[in-house]
Amino acid sequence: MTVQELIDKDVFKVNQVGYNLGQCISEPFCCDLLSIAMSKAPADSAWVTVMGNINTLAVAKLADVACIILAEGAELDQNGLEKAKTQKITVLSTDKPIFEAALTVYQLLHD
Amino acid sequence: MSDKIVLTYQVSADDFTRAGEASSDVKSKLKKMGVKPEIVRKVAIAMYEGEINMVIHANGGSIDVIISPTEISMILEDKGPGIEDIEKAMQAGYSTAPDNIRSLGFGAGMGLPNMKKYSDEMQIESEIGTGTKVTMKVFL
Repeated sequence: MTVQELIDKDVFKVNQVGYNLGQCISEPFCCDLLSIAMSKAPADSAWVTVMGNINTLAVAKLADVACIILAEGAELDQNGLEKAKTQKITVLSTDKPIFEAALTVYQLLHD
Repeated sequence: MSDKIVLTYQVSADDFTRAGEASSDVKSKLKKMGVKPEIVRKVAIAMYEGEINMVIHANGGSIDVIISPTEISMILEDKGPGIEDIEKAMQAGYSTAPDNIRSLGFGAGMGLPNMKKYSDEMQIESEIGTGTKVTMKVFL
């Protein structure tokens, strides 16, 4: 499933569309601590987190994740939104808890 | 061989809007040079952690990245407060980051351990009140 296909499923709100809509999502990944996400987030994963700040975007870019999914109603702050725009990183969001958001991605990948 | 490439970056204190830009720039340059993705990832993680440490703890500093045919060296120098107990700072989970930094998602105490883990060689020289110099190497 590509990032575009995930967007088309219409299960997450779209905050920012990135340049990488054709990137295939490998798996969901959950973590809110940036140093751990930095070293553990698999490339091409859909990273589910409640941290919507500018550093989340820096880590997402360095770790080559396919997209960020902000869970629990978390939103990007203003700096984060601007960075997502300039760096063209796909950011989605949902009111679902982290586990459920990740499970949704997992189920979509394995259906 | 003389075909070394030297990249120099200035890291500003407390500027989280730009934190990660130096690592990101090195990452994209290495990618363009055709360096293997797993090497690029090691360099990006090690350097990002060092860069963030400079922003949080050291009032900023400078980073030199030297790319040679055999290795990538990252030399991070700051004029910050210095590290009181390097051995303790190297322990996973140990952190002196203040609460406002933790609320940004940092302070897991994984910065220096990640730097050591993702570099092939790491050396820390630190003097209280003078600053810290961290040299990391990743072999190609």
